[in-house]
Amino acid sequence: MKTQNARGWYFVLPVLVLVAFNALIPLMTVVNYSVQETFGDNLFFWHGLGWFEDILRSERFHAALGRQIFFTATILLIEIPLGVAIALAMPRQGIWVPVCLVLMALPLLIPWNVVGAMWNIFTLPDIGLLGYTMNSVLGIEYNMTQSPVAAWITVIVMDVWHWTSLVVLLAYAGIIAIPEAYYQAARIDGASNWSVFRYIQLPKMKRVLTIAVLLRFMDSFNIYTEVFVLTGGGPGNSTTLLSIDLVKVALGQFDLGPAAAMSLIYFAITLAVSWLFYTLMTRDGQ
Amino acid sequence: MARIELRNLRHSYVPKPSRAEDYALKEINLEWNDGGAYALLGPSGCGKSTLLNIISGLLNPSEGQVLFDDRDVTTLPPDTRNIAQVFQFPVIYDTMSVFDNLAFPLRNRGVAEERVETRVREIAAMLELEDEVQTRAANLPPDSKQKISMGRGLVREDVNVIMFDEPLTVIDPELKWKLRSKLKELHQRIAVTMIYVTHDQTEALTFADEVVVMQDGIVVQMGTPVDLFERPQHTFVGHFIGSPGMNLLPCELRGGRAFFRDHPVELEGPVSRVGASGEIGIRPEFVRVSETGIPAQVRKAADIGRHVVVEAIAGETTVNAIVDGETPEPGSAVHLDFMPEHTRLYVDGWLATERADR
Repeated sequence: MKTQNARGWYFVLPVLVLVAFNALIPLMTVVNYSVQETFGDNLFFWHGLGWFEDILRSERFHAALGRQIFFTATILLIEIPLGVAIALAMPRQGIWVPVCLVLMALPLLIPWNVVGAMWNIFTLPDIGLLGYTMNSVLGIEYNMTQSPVAAWITVIVMDVWHWTSLVVLLAYAGIIAIPEAYYQAARIDGASNWSVFRYIQLPKMKRVLTIAVLLRFMDSFNIYTEVFVLTGGGPGNSTTLLSIDLVKVALGQFDLGPAAAMSLIYFAITLAVSWLFYTLMTRDGQ
Repeated sequence: MARIELRNLRHSYVPKPSRAEDYALKEINLEWNDGGAYALLGPSGCGKSTLLNIISGLLNPSEGQVLFDDRDVTTLPPDTRNIAQVFQFPVIYDTMSVFDNLAFPLRNRGVAEERVETRVREIAAMLELEDEVQTRAANLPPDSKQKISMGRGLVREDVNVIMFDEPLTVIDPELKWKLRSKLKELHQRIAVTMIYVTHDQTEALTFADEVVVMQDGIVVQMGTPVDLFERPQHTFVGHFIGSPGMNLLPCELRGGRAFFRDHPVELEGPVSRVGASGEIGIRPEFVRVSETGIPAQVRKAADIGRHVVVEAIAGETTVNAIVDGETPEPGSAVHLDFMPEHTRLYVDGWLATERADR
């Protein structure tokens, strides 16, 4: 028998109102904009799926999406193995455990815009510690505002510096949860260090690594502040990632229709890829 | 397969042990014959797992030697000692099939694949895992997982000893019984030395030919289950083994005789040692409720199936008696009669009577 109790809805209502105000209504506004054309004066005209077609055919969108995919793929390929390696190297008991944990947590505590500003100053060729050392001491030409390669390297190094810790902490939590008996059994079974990693540590870390990959994918795919503060998308358009391009279209050019269509496509890609990751990584073993 | 000898073994987890309490193992001297089934029995924290880890090589003892067939292996790592160990919680390699799990110790040692195949099939058949050989080990219930852990120990042909560290902890009661008989059967089939660590007397007494009882880092007694039951060397053994455990009655010693509340109690034989305090030890199985003997009052009677445990109180001492026939009413006054050949004296905890030649 189904129990009906209308009072339950009163308890849920505040949350519904809140979600409606900060998510549903803005989202529907975006949907609304994405199918209309405006010439100002708050006058709107029906445009159908025209903006979506334009965006999907636009070379500018393709280029930004390509840069975004390259960025996310690169940082995932660096941060996940590096994070696991650092977690494996960390002590599992003793006084160094809290020291390591605090050091690892430090980058995560810094606000995103500060991270961007820090690295911006750090890499200035005339006064930045890194920029000055590279250019004037080591004699390697390194100028983020002129060379796209330097800008890309800096953006990636900054993200690795900022976010590898998250992977480390998650992987470490997975590692210390492995009971000692597994290592003892492996020693008795004559397993090599590689076998211990491959057959004990990696499988036991799988769940936390799934979370780590998902979080890092979503965050890096939607990254805006740090890169915007560091390079502003330049030099030229070389580090203009999807989010930066979107803000340019929406607030720079004030093309509300195309920007709305673009953000919906962006949202759909993020959602689809996250779902795909999650399904693939949790598929076996259930 | 090997004979195992432990000589003057001491172990401390403290870096610089100075007092006796610093030692988890105080002084262990033991000899285990090739092919025997042994149990290490004792309460939690008595040092039995420490002892096991020293034998397997997971731990290096602070002092003393471990010998396999007179060869000193004290400092050898576990993989070169040729031993197998089954842990409290089943350890399986999640991503591997049952087959690969069982093959793992052989493949790590570079055994040829045809040999691995035949050996794994044999062991799987022995453990009744044939139908699950291709299943992923992670998807199996705990008892099957524990069988795989055992299988990884059994799969190598030349193991010196297989050690079990409370292996039935996570197994359901009905399966516990099945696995225990499986283990006993395996031991009879392959005759490898097995050491079984447990705090459960039933497991120890049913599995082992000889049981080592430990308390506070020392071996209190080593003997057959019958020895442990009949003639405990220490009050701890008497108390720990048996249900209910041995009755211990404080007594006075006068002229080589024991008196409990001024009643003379006849002992099994002459007193070999005198000391500060004495206790009379008698198992409830050998206490009879009768017309003569020590007066006591029945407090309660508990039916435990085949027998009734009568709890009586004499002065301030509780005495249990196992009664078969008529059960006295709670509150009634009775007399307790001890069978002399099973009545022993303990001084400072240790057995202090000799068995009279009858």
